[in-house]
Amino acid sequence: MMGYLLRRVLYGFPLLLGINILTFILFFVVNTPDDMARMHLGQKHVTAEGIAKWKHERGYDLPLFYAEKETGLRCLTETIFVRKSLGLFVFDFGQSDAGRNIGADIRERMWPSLAIAVPSLFLGLVIDIGLALGLVFFRLSRLEYAGLALCVALMSISTLFYIIAGQYLLGRWFQWVPISGFGEGLDAFRFVVLPVLIGAVSGVGSGVRWYRTLFIEEIERDYVRTARAKGLSEARVLFRHVLRNAMIPILTGVVVLLPLLFTGSLLTESFFAIPGLGSYTIDAISQQDFAIVRAMVFLGACLYIVGLLLTDLSYAWVDPRIRLDD
Amino acid sequence: MSVMRQSHRCVLGRFLALSGLVLGLLGCGDPPNNPYSKVDRDAKTLYTSFEERPKHLDPARAYSANEYEIIAQVVEPPLQYAYLKRPYALEPLAAAEFPKITFLGAHGKILPAGAPDAEIVESVYEIRLRPDFRYAPHPAFAKDASGAFRYHALTPAALSRIRTLADFHETGTREVTAEDLAYQIKRLMHPEIHSPIAELMGEQIIGLKDLGERLKTEWDHDPDRPQWLDLRRYPVTGLEIIDATTLRIHVHGKYPQFRFWLAMPFFAPSPWEADAFFAQARFKAINITPDWYPIGSGPYQLIENNPNRRMTLARNPYFHEATYPSEGEPEDEEKGLLLDQGKRLPFIDRIVFVLEKETIPYWTKFLQGYYDASGLASDNFDQAVQFSSIGSAQLTPEMEEKKLHLETAITASIHYLGFNMLDPVVGGLTPAKAALRQAISLAIDEEEFIAIFMNGRGMAAQGPIPPGIFGYEEGEKGINPVVYDWRDGHPERKSIEAAKARLVEAGYPGGVDPSTGKPLVLHLDTTLGGADDKPLLNWYRKQFQKIGIELVVRNTDYNQFQQKMAHGNAQLFRWGWNADYPDPENFLFLLYGENSKALHGGENAANYQSPDFDRLFLKMRNMDDGPERLAVIQKLLDQVRRDAPWVFGIHPKSFSLHHDWYHNYKPNLMANNGLKYLRIDPDERAQLRAVWNRPLYLPALVGGVLLFIVGWCMRRLVLKRREAQGR
Repeated sequence: MMGYLLRRVLYGFPLLLGINILTFILFFVVNTPDDMARMHLGQKHVTAEGIAKWKHERGYDLPLFYAEKETGLRCLTETIFVRKSLGLFVFDFGQSDAGRNIGADIRERMWPSLAIAVPSLFLGLVIDIGLALGLVFFRLSRLEYAGLALCVALMSISTLFYIIAGQYLLGRWFQWVPISGFGEGLDAFRFVVLPVLIGAVSGVGSGVRWYRTLFIEEIERDYVRTARAKGLSEARVLFRHVLRNAMIPILTGVVVLLPLLFTGSLLTESFFAIPGLGSYTIDAISQQDFAIVRAMVFLGACLYIVGLLLTDLSYAWVDPRIRLDD
Repeated sequence: MSVMRQSHRCVLGRFLALSGLVLGLLGCGDPPNNPYSKVDRDAKTLYTSFEERPKHLDPARAYSANEYEIIAQVVEPPLQYAYLKRPYALEPLAAAEFPKITFLGAHGKILPAGAPDAEIVESVYEIRLRPDFRYAPHPAFAKDASGAFRYHALTPAALSRIRTLADFHETGTREVTAEDLAYQIKRLMHPEIHSPIAELMGEQIIGLKDLGERLKTEWDHDPDRPQWLDLRRYPVTGLEIIDATTLRIHVHGKYPQFRFWLAMPFFAPSPWEADAFFAQARFKAINITPDWYPIGSGPYQLIENNPNRRMTLARNPYFHEATYPSEGEPEDEEKGLLLDQGKRLPFIDRIVFVLEKETIPYWTKFLQGYYDASGLASDNFDQAVQFSSIGSAQLTPEMEEKKLHLETAITASIHYLGFNMLDPVVGGLTPAKAALRQAISLAIDEEEFIAIFMNGRGMAAQGPIPPGIFGYEEGEKGINPVVYDWRDGHPERKSIEAAKARLVEAGYPGGVDPSTGKPLVLHLDTTLGGADDKPLLNWYRKQFQKIGIELVVRNTDYNQFQQKMAHGNAQLFRWGWNADYPDPENFLFLLYGENSKALHGGENAANYQSPDFDRLFLKMRNMDDGPERLAVIQKLLDQVRRDAPWVFGIHPKSFSLHHDWYHNYKPNLMANNGLKYLRIDPDERAQLRAVWNRPLYLPALVGGVLLFIVGWCMRRLVLKRREAQGR
């Protein structure tokens, strides 16, 4: 097991390096260091000297990948790429281009993201599984067809619509909860209710259809026929046997998502003014803050790799037939 | 069967009882949609919002409106703009009186006030600061029993326990001194601060440029440099500290606009203790820097700076004596703006800036009473404002019912369509080229633009100078005679025939380029590429089509557009300028040849270069306001109207709404420190909020009943299915 883990972690390094190179190229194709300097120094009284000074202080006056004027290893080390990338591999994200410490910002902003993403995931999971089992229970009935049609309709609606409709209904018309914002401690509950509800409901259409497919696959199996033949009620068959056996794909599907919950939701956080990592990334892109964009992409990639690793581990945990040592 | 019915009744009864209990609980206390904590609700707290976190709050560096909105309440420069007076007028703030200005000639000879500009070698501004100004409480000033600074040399262990400034339990204060003002001026040249006016002030204040050079060589290249750059050790010849409260600033030649800079946060005194305190290792790693925690003697101190969520200003307990103004415009008394005259400032205890990124929740919260004032976005314009038969803006009945108040003001800014004067087709100063630009100026109907795209929120510009700035003239004298005629007491755009006649003079009869025999093709460079921008770009195309010219829109992203402008590669472009200070120089310098963007990296985006204009501009720049200066300005305006390097677009009109409990608001587009004059009535606010935010629980009840019915039906279906399976 340890050997497998070590191997997977080592595989992650070239992957992270590749992602870092790709981010770097994509960012600098769109934005030159001069553009970044101009964006940060503002619109008025920006001089060529000021731009040069800004770039020099942040190391953006170096060549991108290869320093022709240098010799030996310095040809590679005296470049923006190496200077900006090395710290990432020890999770030292450094300063943003606006001068704030990125690590401190991430530590602060991940909690609001988690406060929305974790309950949304689990509430959505409970609703989706419950409704999917219901549809399977009423399989081939008009109720199932109507439920499926409703799911397709729900899937066709954009998340933005759910957000605006939710804000209008619960925040503006019924006036049950604050329409946007965030609180501290227990006070955060009032602010979290609406985005969590919207997060869960907006995923119902696709979630129910997905879990229904999993359950239908299971009810075709022999053990279900045996259970029915033994005279177990349909509800007992579904909740006791089908659900338990379908847990493997459900669990692995959820585990891969867990680490990504840290990075937050871009749209929800923006509309509800949640100070999380999703809005942090969006702001950084609009402000051309390469340091933050790079850090967030790197963090996202790391978390995704961790998610995949956890998925493998969870497979081995829930299915004794799988051995990771092999 | 009866047992079953009883069971159902029992469940229904429990459900209704529980619903009643929940509704009862929710009905108690504050509206459940109130987004604020109880602490904020009980104080005299003003609620406002920010859309994008301010990048810088260091007064040496901040320059944007959203940054000034915060730091202008915290720091106090020597001068400020009188809150109620119009036209905009300066008055002393940190200075005890207006700076005493002395002109010196060759060899330091004192010159009389009216001395010719050519004889003036330097101007000396003697600023005497008020002795009663004290900084807001700050840990940088805290001292121990021996008089040593408590927190200037923290051990790594002590530093590791610090998360925010609130973790320092001891604070201190001291008086504002002339040395602090000198120190702040030196900070403008600090190599790590990047003040946007470093170069400008380096050229104006004697010795400041040398300081910048010295710091660059000594500080930038010193590998063993200390954490804190003690600028007190660096003398500047143009900064002369006379005594504890008096500073003399020596400026090259005559520079009357310097007085306006003295009203900006760049010149707010700053204590050296703050820099020494913030320079400690680790503070930067936890975002405790002077760029995030400004320090000053203003009415408020920044007690919470979480730019990811909320920023809070609280009253400075050491704020000096300051009273509400007693002089304003004649109508101010009628509007109730002088009711608080002579009362001590500020009126509000706390100001909370809440992060709000989207307009829908922002507008909803304003209507619910959770923001005290609001701007007006296009999306909500029709809901809030309607125009009367005579064209004046007024509130809709819905807004009037909520007792909202509408304030409008023409901003000290201009949005224009520029011609690149270096371009071979539209540029140049020959009569034919000027005729082409005049024809386009005549063809583009700015009044139509304002009506269609701005909901009437603007006025067509007659020249580069907006209303409210010296040099702008009302009436017939102020119109652009190239584009307008004066008829029946108001300017009337000339007919399109006049534009076509100009095109003939330009050598493009009917808009046809004689070299190709086809319509003349011009290119508009813009960053407007979204689906929402299509109508606007189509409108521009139609304006050019009116005179037979084909307009091709070249969309680029912001960065490429900036590059094009910097290299002089655009042909036509949309641009704008907001006033730094209320002086015609701040608009006319946008057309001064030495400021050409492509040639000198300046703010003259059209790259207009006219020797006559430049000569007159230099003369006007140093003149004092008066009939003589006005005459020169008229000549400058006549020339740019003839040469037409810009289509003088529009001066936008700002619309803002506020609730009935929000008092003393008067739009002042120059003063940034206006929050200290505002007063709110928290009782009226609480009352109206309670009325406007009565939660609607009926839908919950209906939803619950529906859910119950659906659940019951499902249960019946399940039982039925079971029975069928059993059979």
